[in-house]
Amino acid sequence: MQNRAGFARYRGRLALAGALVALVWAWYGSAMLAPYHEDLVYLARQHLWLVAVSMSWALVIGLVSGVLLSRPRLRRWAEPVMQLFNIGNTLPPMAVLALAMVVLGVGDHPAIVALCLTSLLPIVRSTYSGLAAVPAALTEAADGIGMTAWQRLTRVELPTALPYIVSGVRVALAINVGTAPLAFLIGASSFGELIFPGIYLNQPDALFIGAAATALVAFVLDYLVAALGRRLTPGLAA
Amino acid sequence: MIRLEQLTKRFAQKHGQSVTVVDSVDLQVARGEICVLLGASGCGKTTTLKMINRLITPSEGRVLIDGADTRDIDTVTLRRRIGYVIQQIGLFPNMTIEDNITVVPRLLGLDKAAYRNRARELMALVQMDPAHFLKRYPKELSGGQQQRIGVIRALAADPPVLLMDEPFGAVDPINRESIQAEFFALQRELNTTVLMVSHDIDEAIKLGDKVAVFRQGRIVQCASPDTVLAEPADDFVASFVGHDRILKRLLLVQAGSLAEQGGEPVLSEAASEAEQRAALGERRHRALPVIDAAGRAQGYVATGRAGLQPFRAIARADEDLRVVLARLYEHRLDWLPVLDADQRYLGRVSQRQIADYLGAPV
Ligand SMILES: Nc1ncnc2c1ncn2[C@@H]1O[C@H](COP(=O)(O)OP(=O)(O)OP(=O)(O)O)[C@@H](O)[C@H]1O
Ligand SMILES: [Mg+2]
Repeated sequence: MQNRAGFARYRGRLALAGALVALVWAWYGSAMLAPYHEDLVYLARQHLWLVAVSMSWALVIGLVSGVLLSRPRLRRWAEPVMQLFNIGNTLPPMAVLALAMVVLGVGDHPAIVALCLTSLLPIVRSTYSGLAAVPAALTEAADGIGMTAWQRLTRVELPTALPYIVSGVRVALAINVGTAPLAFLIGASSFGELIFPGIYLNQPDALFIGAAATALVAFVLDYLVAALGRRLTPGLAA
Repeated sequence: MIRLEQLTKRFAQKHGQSVTVVDSVDLQVARGEICVLLGASGCGKTTTLKMINRLITPSEGRVLIDGADTRDIDTVTLRRRIGYVIQQIGLFPNMTIEDNITVVPRLLGLDKAAYRNRARELMALVQMDPAHFLKRYPKELSGGQQQRIGVIRALAADPPVLLMDEPFGAVDPINRESIQAEFFALQRELNTTVLMVSHDIDEAIKLGDKVAVFRQGRIVQCASPDTVLAEPADDFVASFVGHDRILKRLLLVQAGSLAEQGGEPVLSEAASEAEQRAALGERRHRALPVIDAAGRAQGYVATGRAGLQPFRAIARADEDLRVVLARLYEHRLDWLPVLDADQRYLGRVSQRQIADYLGAPV
C-alpha cells in the first residue's frame, strides 16, 4: 500500500519532469537537437560508462570500508578515518580531477579514479552510520538464536541499515553524475564535451543540451536507485 | 538439565572499579522443568540468562547443560540448541513474520515443508491467524502481537532448552492466560527445560515448577511456588511475593483435586424424597447433592427446604481455587459442586475446605 503511494508520488514527479521536457522541446523546437543527435547518443553512453564504473568502485570500496569500520574491533578507528574521508571531500571535485591527472595522466582512468573518490564518502558514512544505528536488540536477537557473524551481517544488519545506505548512495550518485562533465577537462568524454565548448565558444544550444542531459540522467538514476531501495526494504520503508 | 555453579558476573566501571551484578549463583533446573527467575528491576536476571547462552561471558563459575560445560561448546552450536526470547522482542524488521518465525529452522537447514507447517501451528498456539499475519512485517503488528511472535520464533526448532526474558509482559491479560496455558501444555509435551524471567508473580506461580527469587545478584530463595508463598525465606521474599501471598496459593490448586479429597456422600436421584430426607437428617448435613444414574448432578436437597433445589453456581474441575472462591462469595454460598467436562459430579468445594488448605503447612 505504502509502496504504491510512494510510486504514485514518483509518477507525479516524473510527469512533471516530462511536461518540462515537452515544454522546452516546444520552445526550441526539435530542430535544435537535430545537429547534436549523434553526439548526444555517443556522449550519453560515455557519461553513463564513467558513472557506472566509478560508482561500482565507490560502492565496493565504500560498502566494504563502512562495514569494516562498524565492526566492534575497528569501531574506535571509525571517527578518525571518517574525518580523513571528510577532508578528502572538502577538496573541490576540480582539484581531485587535477590531482588525478597529475598522478595518472589524462583519459578515462584518472577520471574514473577521481569520480570514485568524490562519491566515496557519502557511501562510507551512510554504511557506517546505518550499521551503527542497528538496534542492539536486533544484533542480540541474531546472536542469541545462533547466527554466525557473517549471517548476522548479511541477514540482519545490512538489510536493516539499507535505507541509510540507499540514501547515501543517492547522494553519491548525484555528486558523481554532476561531476562527470568535468572529466572532459582531463580528457574523458562525457556531457562536458557539450557544456564546456558551449561556454567557451558561446554556443548556448550546446551548453543547454549538455546541462539538461546531465540533469535528466541524474534524475532518472536517482529515481531508479530510490525505487530499488524501496523494493529491497519492504518492511522498513516509513 | 541446566546447572549453574557459582556463576558470577562483574562489570568494569569507568573509574576502574567493578560492580558485581550476579554473585555466586547456584541453580539447578531438571529436564522438563520450568524455573522462573523473579526479582526487582536490575537485580541481574537478564544477565544470568545471557550467561547461559554466553551472550555475556561469566566472570567466574560455570554453566553445565546436560553435564557439558558450555565453555567447551562452540557458541553458534550452543545457541542454536537454546531457544532465546529476548526482553526487547527483537523481531527482524526486514523479514516477514513467517521468515522471522522460521529463521532458526532455516539456519539449521531443516525441512522446509515441516517448518512452514510448524510456523502455522505455532501461530495458532498464540491465538494469531496465520493467513492474516504470516506475510506481514513486524512494524505492522502491535507490541503484544510482536511479543508473541518473538516467543514462537524461539520455539520454532523445538529446542531442548528455552530461555525466556519476560516473554508475555506486553500481552493483554485475556490472551496472556490462554497463551500461558497453551505454552505450558506444549512445554510439558516436548519436555523442554525452561528458564523464564518474570515480573508477574501470578505467572511464576502458575507456570513455575520452581521459583528463584533474586536480590541484588544473589538467589535468596529457590523453591516450589507453594513453598515460596507459604514459607518465604525472609522479609524480602515475603514482601516481593506480596502480602496477600497466602491467597496466591489459591492459584496452585484446581477445584477438581480438592473436590476429590472430600469423599462427601451423595444422594441418588432414584431414591424417594423421604429416603433422601432421611439420609440428610441421619448424616446431619445441611445439604447434599442429588446424582442421576450417569453421575450427573441434578441439584441438591437441603434441610428446611422442600423439594430438589437447582444449583445456583457450579465449579469446573479445571478452575483454580481463586476463581472458585470468588464465585462462592459472589453467590454467598458455602459450597459449590465440582463438575468435570461431561457434567459429572466429582465432589464439592467448600469455604471451610479452602480455609483449611490455606492454613495448612506445605
Ligand atoms: N554491560 C553492562 N555494563 C555495566 N553494567 C551492566 C551491564 N549490563 C547490565 N548492567 C547492570 O547490571 C544490573 C543487572 O542488569 P540486568 O539486566 O541483569 O537486570 P534485570 O534483573 O534483568 O532487570 P530488569 O527486570 O529491569 O530487566 C543492572 O544494575 C545493570 O545496570
Ligand atoms: Mg531484564
